[in-house]
Amino acid sequence: MKESGNEADETGSGGPLVVLEKVNKHFGDLHVLKDIDLTVDRGEVVVVIGPSGGGKSTLCRSINRLEPIDGGTILVDGTPLPAEGKALARLRADVGMVFQSFNLFAHKTILQNVTLGPIKVRKVPKAKAEEEAMALLDRVGIANQASKYPAQLSGGQQQRAAIARALAMHPKVMLFDEPTSALDPEMVKEVLDVMTGLAGEGMTMIVVTHEMGFARRAAQKVVFMADGQIVEVNTPDEFFTNAQTDRAKDFLSKILTH
Amino acid sequence: MDQLFDFSPVFDHHEKILEGFEATVRLAVVSAVLSLILGTILVAMRVSPTPVLRATGTFYVNVMRNTPLTLVLLLSSLCVSDTLGILVSDDPRTNYYWFGVFGLSAYTSTFVCEALRSGINTVPLGQAEAARSIGLTFTQSLRMIILPQAFRTVIAPLGSVLIAMIKNTTVVIVASYAEAAAFMKEMFDDYGASIPIFLGFALGFMVLTLPTGFFFGWLAKRMAVAR
Repeated sequence: MKESGNEADETGSGGPLVVLEKVNKHFGDLHVLKDIDLTVDRGEVVVVIGPSGGGKSTLCRSINRLEPIDGGTILVDGTPLPAEGKALARLRADVGMVFQSFNLFAHKTILQNVTLGPIKVRKVPKAKAEEEAMALLDRVGIANQASKYPAQLSGGQQQRAAIARALAMHPKVMLFDEPTSALDPEMVKEVLDVMTGLAGEGMTMIVVTHEMGFARRAAQKVVFMADGQIVEVNTPDEFFTNAQTDRAKDFLSKILTH
Repeated sequence: MDQLFDFSPVFDHHEKILEGFEATVRLAVVSAVLSLILGTILVAMRVSPTPVLRATGTFYVNVMRNTPLTLVLLLSSLCVSDTLGILVSDDPRTNYYWFGVFGLSAYTSTFVCEALRSGINTVPLGQAEAARSIGLTFTQSLRMIILPQAFRTVIAPLGSVLIAMIKNTTVVIVASYAEAAAFMKEMFDDYGASIPIFLGFALGFMVLTLPTGFFFGWLAKRMAVAR
């Protein structure tokens, strides 16, 4: 088993970890991803931003093949995405995913949610998996909820449990698909705090979000997507103060004037 | 007219009646277990990503579910056992018991499969996506995430399937295995059809089916998945 990517051993310029080349995807007649080229380096935090229906979520979900693509290549740690079967399952184990609607396993306790992957996929002994899971739950601040079921937790707590579940697999990269969009405003912060902490520790992260504060604070790169294309790639400071493209300026003027 | 309300055959032969119900219970319990296992395998085939498995499962379910049970049982006992000469046991009663169980299970499992499939449809897609995203294979996510939740939502309808199955044991006589209903027919022949004999057997079935229904209703409430 390879060493996890979240030990900040190769922070920053650690070479490319996720590479997308000429990625195309259609939903029927709708061309949702158009010739997407994107490189995410080891330890880099990339925020994907843009209007609804622009292809952000599809891009995020294509990286662990929850959405198969029609054309182009996606490399994770130098390996092209396998089409299906065991090889794909192994790759997914290395790519953590956090969903907008949490998707915790409803019939399992929080602790069982976190230990399932390590026990069944990584073959970690149960006692060790539980010990690690408790440490992770402690880190995201919900160790005292370990024996409860997802429906008994608040949205913010559920999302933090979902982050712990993904981290338990020691992923090389974490994908966040609008992780705070389904949360009440006062719960957004507790989730963003966990994510900012992760970013600080050198985890490679691809985050689809509308949280500009998080983008400014934690990201090295902002990718602006609209109409299935990457319109602009920039640093957060530069993007929010001095966007290069009219499409991005237009988008920012609509969301920042409130 | 007197014999229509004569209870004495029921009391005089209560041992024989109980013997009939013992046969019914044997059929029902083993068929229930087999149907649940086979039904789970069938539903796994019907939702699998492999087209051949899916087609086979769909074909089997549609054929079995739309064939009268009597025909299935005749096929099982006369065709498979008698004509092809496949015997489970040299003792005819044991042999026909098993072919009765096989026929009943082959039939009932299709209803179990369809109940489970409707349960799978109630499990949100995100559960499967989360399962896949932590690296579980299709089979693992079906076994550990999807089916456990699907089972819990269809416990009550599964109870109905099993109640129907218990009553369907009365058809197994065509497969040459006598159970309660066959004993009732025998008593009608011997003592004349009477209301007490009918009531005796009808009550006997309710003793089996009513608790089954209550149990599954209770279990459904207890096991419900909160979302």
